[in-house]
This record gives sequence, C-alpha cells and structure tokens, in this order.
Amino acid sequence: METESLARSIAQHPLVAGMSDEHVDFLSGCVRNVRLEEGQFLFREGQRADELYLIRSGKIALEIQDGARGTIVIETVGGGDALGWSTLFPPYRWGLDARGIHLAHLFAIDGTCLHAKLEADHSFGYAFTRRLLNEVHSRLQRARLQALDVYRARP
Amino acid sequence: MSVSPAPDPMLPEPLRIARAKRETHGVFTFELDVSARGGFPFLPGQFNMLYPFGAGESAISISGDPHRPDRLEHTIRAVGTVTRALERLGRGDVVGVRGPFGSAWPVREAEGSDFVVIAGGIGLAPLRPVVYHALRHREAFGRVALLYGTRTPDDILYRKEIERWRSRLDVEVEVTVDTAGSDWRGNTGVVTKLISRAAFDPGRAFAMICGPEIMMRFCARELERLGVSLDRIWITMERNMRCGTGLCGHCQFGPSFVCKDGPVYRYDRVLDLLLVREV
Repeated sequence: METESLARSIAQHPLVAGMSDEHVDFLSGCVRNVRLEEGQFLFREGQRADELYLIRSGKIALEIQDGARGTIVIETVGGGDALGWSTLFPPYRWGLDARGIHLAHLFAIDGTCLHAKLEADHSFGYAFTRRLLNEVHSRLQRARLQALDVYRARP
Repeated sequence: MSVSPAPDPMLPEPLRIARAKRETHGVFTFELDVSARGGFPFLPGQFNMLYPFGAGESAISISGDPHRPDRLEHTIRAVGTVTRALERLGRGDVVGVRGPFGSAWPVREAEGSDFVVIAGGIGLAPLRPVVYHALRHREAFGRVALLYGTRTPDDILYRKEIERWRSRLDVEVEVTVDTAGSDWRGNTGVVTKLISRAAFDPGRAFAMICGPEIMMRFCARELERLGVSLDRIWITMERNMRCGTGLCGHCQFGPSFVCKDGPVYRYDRVLDLLLVREV
C-alpha cells in the first residue's frame, strides 16, 4: 500500500480519526500492515515490545498463562481497538500473550519510529498521547469493573 | 396500562410447576400452570412473590413473554434460603404466588428510538420480556441491540434462545464474558465495552439496563459518555421486598418503595440515591 493510501486507511481508525492530515501523514511513515491468522500469536509474554497496533478487523485474545488454571483470556480486542502500550514504557516487554481468534488485520506502528516522532513534534505527540490516554482511561474503567466480579453469586 | 395483582394481594395463590428447566449451574426456570385461572397477564419488568411453602417468600421477576399470558415463567438463581428451597422443587410441585407487582419497563415509550437493552448476569431474566416485546414489535423501533455480559461462558443464560435472536438480521446481539479459557471464541471483557461498539445513534437511543447495581452504574456512565440522555436510560433496582404493596417498608429506597414505585426506575430520578451510602 502506498504511503498516501495507507495514511487514508489509518485515518479511519478510531484512535487516529480526527487528527490533522499532517499528523496522520507524519504517523503513517511508521506504519506497516499486518495480517494475523486464527491461532497465530501476535506476541507472547516476556518478548520485546516494539510495535503498537491499531486493529482494523478481526478478534484477538489477550491471554495470560497460569500453571494451575491454564490459559486465561483477560479480554478480547477487535476492530477499532488499539493494542500494545508496553511499546511505550520501560521495560518494553509484553505482559500478556495476544492470539488471533478470528483472522485479524492490523496497522503496526514501529515503536522506535513512534518514539522519535513523539519527541520530534510535540504537537503530534500531544494529539497522539491524548488519544492513547482516552483508550487507557476506558481500559482502566473496564479493568475496575472486571476486578469487582459483579456477577459472582452473593446471598 | 397497568396489570394489578389479584383482589387480595397478600394471599398467595397455589400454582403448580408445569415445567422446570436447568439453565446454568444454580440457575433454573419454572413455568407455572396458569390454565385454571385463564392465564397470568403481566407487564415486562413486573415481579411476583414466590413462596415455597414453609420456607418464606422471595421476589422474582417474571421472565416469560408478556404476549403469552398462558405461560408464566420465572428464572431463579439459588443464592438464599428461599431460592434454594425453590430449587429443590420440580414438575408437579406447588408454589404460592402473589403478584404481579411493581412498575414496568416503558417499552411503548421506547418506540421510535434506537433501542439498547443491556443485561448483566441473571439480569437478563427481567429483560427477557422486553426482548420478546421488541422482537414482536420490531417495526416500532429503530436499531435494536441486546448487549449481554456474564461471568463465564458456563453462565450464559438462555443460550439457544440467544442463538435464535442472533440469527435475526434485524437485531444486534452481542455476548461477552468477564473471563474465559482459551477454548472460548466469543467476546471476553466487561459488558461496557460492547456499548461503544454497538450500532445505535446516541442522540435517539433509549436504553434499559438490568444487572448488579455497580454494573448498571458503569453502563449508564458509558451511555452518557457516548451522548445518551440520562432521562432515556432505565434501570431496575433490587431491594429486600416483603409485602409487594409498599406497606411494610422493607424495600424503602429514599422516598419510594421499590416493590410499588419500582423496581423499574428512570436513571436520572434515582442517580442521586444510588450514590448515597446505605440507602
């Protein structure tokens, strides 16, 4: 996909939607397309986190392994979601496994490239970080509700 | 429109269990034989007091089709003395029934709107009559979405029925579980995540939510974030109901009695009370 049409496609993702054309073009230089097959791992816990993903379609399970309980699915993410904040913060290692449940298409944003652009253009950095913060806020709200285990039977 | 209880609302009417069905672990559905009384009309959201003789009474929402008064259904989770006594009953046994009591989901008021039904856990049971109504009068609504969250895949209620609803092209049905193993291919995560994904116009949406109180608050907050007006969000309250007529005061909720003025409330009218401790 050429950079111009890639930028147009990225601009439709909810995380990027509404950003200026200039910022989207700026970001698109760090982006490649990724296809994740059903059953294929996008990343595994402990591996180096070097890409942030914008999911276009499909479904991906975020899993954690427990010796006693086996595989536990923490959350599924799909089209419109962003995945991979571990890329932005030390120690830059994945804390979970990500496995395709249904065929998925993603934009992968190179972590090193993204870091450089966030530092190089603070206007872009603010716009992008603000959007990520909104995602983090939503994820935190969901994590809180999940931790409350509200459906557990109580007399 | 209202449906009122029998002439003496304090007198349980003995009804025989025509059918008992296990839904999930600890959750079961009774269909009561109401043929001798010519049916049991009720409105979506109303409840009955069920009395397994000698064990006490419990308020249980009616979970059947409001357009089929010949079939009176209750889906019950066995969590306390009374509901565990009910769980021990089976086809042919008799339970005492008082009702129907309480306010109804404003399904007519929702007509003409995009309609979002959000259920959590056993909260799908009180909303099931709403789903039946919406599907029967599908043309009266804009887009219709049923968003259902529960604890694990094994806790999904009405599984076959949900599949039937999901197979319709004119209604969006999404199910999610809080946690699952790797063999689960559906959604994992809390029900609030389904809200922002669902296809509806927040500016013309009407929402009904039933589930644990915290879950309803989170859902209402998410709907508000998306732009749904709080006066178009309805919830059900659960309190310790005894008489069913607002006389005994056990279910007092601020200035109202849940058994009589509720259990269905407009969210903006109870929001302040929901945030008061120990009300």
